[in-house]
Amino acid sequence: MKIAVCVKEVPDAGPNRRIDPGTLRMDRSGDRSLNAYDLHAVEQAIRLKDAAGDGEVVLVSMGAAKALESLRKGLAMGADRALLVSDDAAAGSDLVATSKVLAKALEAESPDLVLFGQQATDGDGAVLWAAVADRLQFPVVSQISELEVSGDTITAKRQTEHGYDTIRAALPAVLAVADSLNEPRYPSLKGIMGAKKKPQDTKALADIGLDASEAGDAGSRTTVLGLGEPPSRGETIKIEDEGDAAQKILDFLVERKLV
Amino acid sequence: MSTLVFLEHHGSAIQKGALGVLSKAASLDPDTAGVLVGSGVRDLAAQAGQYGAKTVYVADDPSLASPLPQPRVDVLAALVRDKGLQNVLFGASVLASDVAGGLSARLDAGLNWDMNDLEVRDGALVGKRSALGDTVRADVGWTAEPRLGLIRAGSFEATQSGGDPAVEDVPVSLEGFSTKAELVEHTQEESTGPSIEDADILVTGGRGLGGPEGFAPLEELAAALGGAVASTRAVVDSGWYPYPTQIGQTGKVVSPKVYIGFGVSGAIQHKVGMQTSQVIIAVNKDGNAPIFEFSDLGVVGDLNTVVPQLTALVKERKGS
Ligand SMILES: Cc1cc2nc3c(=O)[nH]c(=O)nc-3n(C[C@H](O)[C@H](O)[C@H](O)COP(=O)(O)OP(=O)(O)OC[C@H]3O[C@@H](n4cnc5c(N)ncnc54)[C@H](O)[C@@H]3O)c2cc1C
Ligand SMILES: Nc1ncnc2c1ncn2[C@@H]1O[C@H](COP(=O)(O)O)[C@@H](O)[C@H]1O
Repeated sequence: MKIAVCVKEVPDAGPNRRIDPGTLRMDRSGDRSLNAYDLHAVEQAIRLKDAAGDGEVVLVSMGAAKALESLRKGLAMGADRALLVSDDAAAGSDLVATSKVLAKALEAESPDLVLFGQQATDGDGAVLWAAVADRLQFPVVSQISELEVSGDTITAKRQTEHGYDTIRAALPAVLAVADSLNEPRYPSLKGIMGAKKKPQDTKALADIGLDASEAGDAGSRTTVLGLGEPPSRGETIKIEDEGDAAQKILDFLVERKLV
Repeated sequence: MSTLVFLEHHGSAIQKGALGVLSKAASLDPDTAGVLVGSGVRDLAAQAGQYGAKTVYVADDPSLASPLPQPRVDVLAALVRDKGLQNVLFGASVLASDVAGGLSARLDAGLNWDMNDLEVRDGALVGKRSALGDTVRADVGWTAEPRLGLIRAGSFEATQSGGDPAVEDVPVSLEGFSTKAELVEHTQEESTGPSIEDADILVTGGRGLGGPEGFAPLEELAAALGGAVASTRAVVDSGWYPYPTQIGQTGKVVSPKVYIGFGVSGAIQHKVGMQTSQVIIAVNKDGNAPIFEFSDLGVVGDLNTVVPQLTALVKERKGS
């Protein structure tokens, strides 16, 4: 079983996350790591490969060249190799462009399964898999909280606004997994040491057969027109617990006559 | 302009979110149509007219009975191409997001998501959205047609403007790969006990509780406070706590006087279900957790120490 996992390097959450007001793009200069939701997809891929007894887990990503550092976390967990599509002409890609690049890279890999995380914490789109699946012409199931693979079919359970659906699909398929599907393992020391030696390819757009005009701003169909101030929620208090947090919560409620 | 709104339905009702988007679209563009995709859905067309659709396109076919996205992409793609429609709008949902994403690729059409307002500027649609856990607001646009947009749940009121729509059948022709997924089962958990929507104080447990056993101490705290216990999708999906207690996009929208989250990260889909709480308190051991961006009182700490302490203090104060 060959499993491709789409993973993304994202800026760490916290107050320093911002959109660059000059370029109107995500500021990616600060601390970054592998999108935490994608670890669940990596974990599931490794488990499926282990259960099948053979196969390969390939991480596929589009991002800046330095994103390889973040991909190493997936390799340390147990993925076999990483493929990063990185090109200055791909910066600023929206959904149309990103899905085109990933689908093209995935096509060349011909995997049995393509796994996605449930959302990227920088864009919170939770849509990319559907676009990639359409380009690959694979069936797609998203928000998967339970998954079973048997022969050429997968059976998945997922939550919607109306309860739970169980969906069966034929392989090859695109699957987006929810964070509840599994608990991602921590890489072992051996895994971390071994990760550096695993194959890690960086390819430019031309290497995967795409023209520069198909990605980045040129290949995108959406645009950010301007930034505004977010509505303020008023004063917020943030404290470290020094043994008195419970008392402070109670005082806070009592002052506002809420208990 | 011409605008198409995806009229998601469940059972015999068009979703309120879709009707809200339809009302808004009709107020911006007199040439607004809706599209119904399913099996036995033609009767819903009149309802769409009430909310502003001038035309309702109907794709009614047994092969469209299950709420799966890819057959819907096939129908919408053909319709948008055939009629040369300029805007296609969706009220966000699990299904609508997957339809919109697929359609974006099929038509090479730009998709903006999580928009909570729309306006027309110089004859073209402009969206307003927030990003990065609502810490940033942005105006977003499209550089080509058709323009696709997903609207955050609850952004627009569904308002009746009256009207008798033209109903037009559209052909259904599905791609081979669109029929390779099938719905096997649908289940819905019935609510029992007090509803979280009625509680003044909601003590919410997330995956930080570590397991189903983490809920007993929360129930004790909630009882002491006179509130109820709520949850996140992560813990409901894992079977730690029942679905009717879930707050968020695919759960309930609540507006209690007090929301206290323990081990809840504050993902955007959770936030949309509780952001109108009067007071938001969060206890999380990760100082960078997104929930701190929208908490009135944030405590960086371990819930395992804070919960029992708080329960004891509340009991002491109430003299029990
Ligand atoms: C289409 C879609 C719909 C969705 N609908 C919903 C919805 O309706 N409702 C919903 O809730 N989510 C929904 N989600 C999921 C959402 O994105 C998050 O995955 C989910 O809310 C996370 O739940 P959580 O906060 O419990 O878990 P996590 O994100 O895993 O957070 C756990 C938190 O606990 C903290 N923690 C761990 N141990 C401790 C400790 N000892 N003390 C204190 N803190 C601790 C951690 O720091 C972490 O921040 C949806 C997602 C999608 C894509
Ligand atoms: N640039 C990228 N490269 C590879 N995978 C990505 C990229 N962006 C997003 N993904 C994958 O798509 C999922 C959903 O992303 P999004 O639709 O952007 O929220 C993520 O969880 C990842 O699995």
